[in-house]
Amino acid sequence: MTTGFGSQVAAVVRRDLRRERRRGDVLWITIPFGAVALLLLPLAVGTDSVLLQRIGPGMFWLTVMLFGVLVSVGRASVQTQAQRDAVSLLGLDPAAGYVGRSASAAALLIVYELIVGAVAVVLYDIDLVGIPWLIATLLLVAAGLGLLGALAASLVDSASAGSALVPLLVAPLSVPLLLGATQAYEGLRFGDSILRWMLLMAAVVLAVAVVGVITARPLQET
Amino acid sequence: MAATTLVKLRDVAVNAGSTPILRNVGLEIRPGEVVGLFGANGAGKTTLLRVIATLLRPAAGTAVVLGANLDGDERYAIRHRIGMIGHVPGLYPELTLGENLRFAARVAGAADDAVEEALETVGLLGAIDRSAGESSHGMQRRAEFARELMLDRDLLLLDEPHSALDRDAVQLVNGLVGKIAANGGGAILVSHDRERVVAVADRSVELSGGSLA
Repeated sequence: MTTGFGSQVAAVVRRDLRRERRRGDVLWITIPFGAVALLLLPLAVGTDSVLLQRIGPGMFWLTVMLFGVLVSVGRASVQTQAQRDAVSLLGLDPAAGYVGRSASAAALLIVYELIVGAVAVVLYDIDLVGIPWLIATLLLVAAGLGLLGALAASLVDSASAGSALVPLLVAPLSVPLLLGATQAYEGLRFGDSILRWMLLMAAVVLAVAVVGVITARPLQET
Repeated sequence: MAATTLVKLRDVAVNAGSTPILRNVGLEIRPGEVVGLFGANGAGKTTLLRVIATLLRPAAGTAVVLGANLDGDERYAIRHRIGMIGHVPGLYPELTLGENLRFAARVAGAADDAVEEALETVGLLGAIDRSAGESSHGMQRRAEFARELMLDRDLLLLDEPHSALDRDAVQLVNGLVGKIAANGGGAILVSHDRERVVAVADRSVELSGGSLA
């Protein structure tokens, strides 16, 4: 009695999002935290509206990256050994588990991006140019950070290391995503080509997905 | 069931760093057999269960479970046929008992309506919407037994199966173990409560200092 890869991924996504909805970590803690961080920034750099409009997008992407790290830290400590054992004995394909955990983390990131992004647009008077490309950027960053976070969580679980190690793994690897997102927005603003930045982000997403799927099984084993 | 032995361990060793947990363990379980496993705290009982469950790879020796050599990738193919209930519940506390079992059913490919049936068998259908985290330890264990019942396992590994259970639930567990054995499967029951286990087991083995006596 086993089921297909897609059904297993869907079951993991549904489980993770349901657990998150009941815990409320993202909705009630992390999203308000991100919004407050954006609110506090003008206190540090002043209320020069031109300056804020210029640095606003970068600050938004920085909070997205930090939030991605927080989600990853949560993912690293979200399952007990007994829960992991029980799931393994259901016959869950480790790759399906990885893809499912990544997808649920990406979904949470998209919610974060939309809500905190709206706050950033209002606070910093950010121009919404090239909306289809902005949406593609939001999706690529969410997917990349979700995949990176799930991979880091698997590494930490496998090594029985503390979840404090997760930020050290995720933060440096997410730099290309941060760079790609900020440069893509700048390109859209000034009418430059953003293709190379989109390709950079897509390449990161693809590379992390491949590494995560290939290493899912060995990382699950002890 | 094709395998002539469900479990065959020979000279199995497991280490935690440089500390040996299991040494030269040999054990054979045939179809239809229920084995009681005893031993003091720290004797390695849970580690042995995790080896047999394919969750822990031995450092030395050979281990064949349900016809699969645990050294190779074939062990992944038999995992869904092994049920294990540890002394710490493996349910998600944020989910209801029903959601926990539905997740298991969807991952393992069981029908959704098997969830209600299994919970009814263990007397928990009325608590299907109760959060696992707000359920008593005994209820969580019964829900885990319902999961194993639903997934139709060939090999059941139970760590302290009777703890936190009332008399009806104990009978239920013994019934589940008996059913699996009657269908040609097997079970290992780890316990400190010898009397209860001996009543249901065909034989018993003792683990001491990482070795079977």
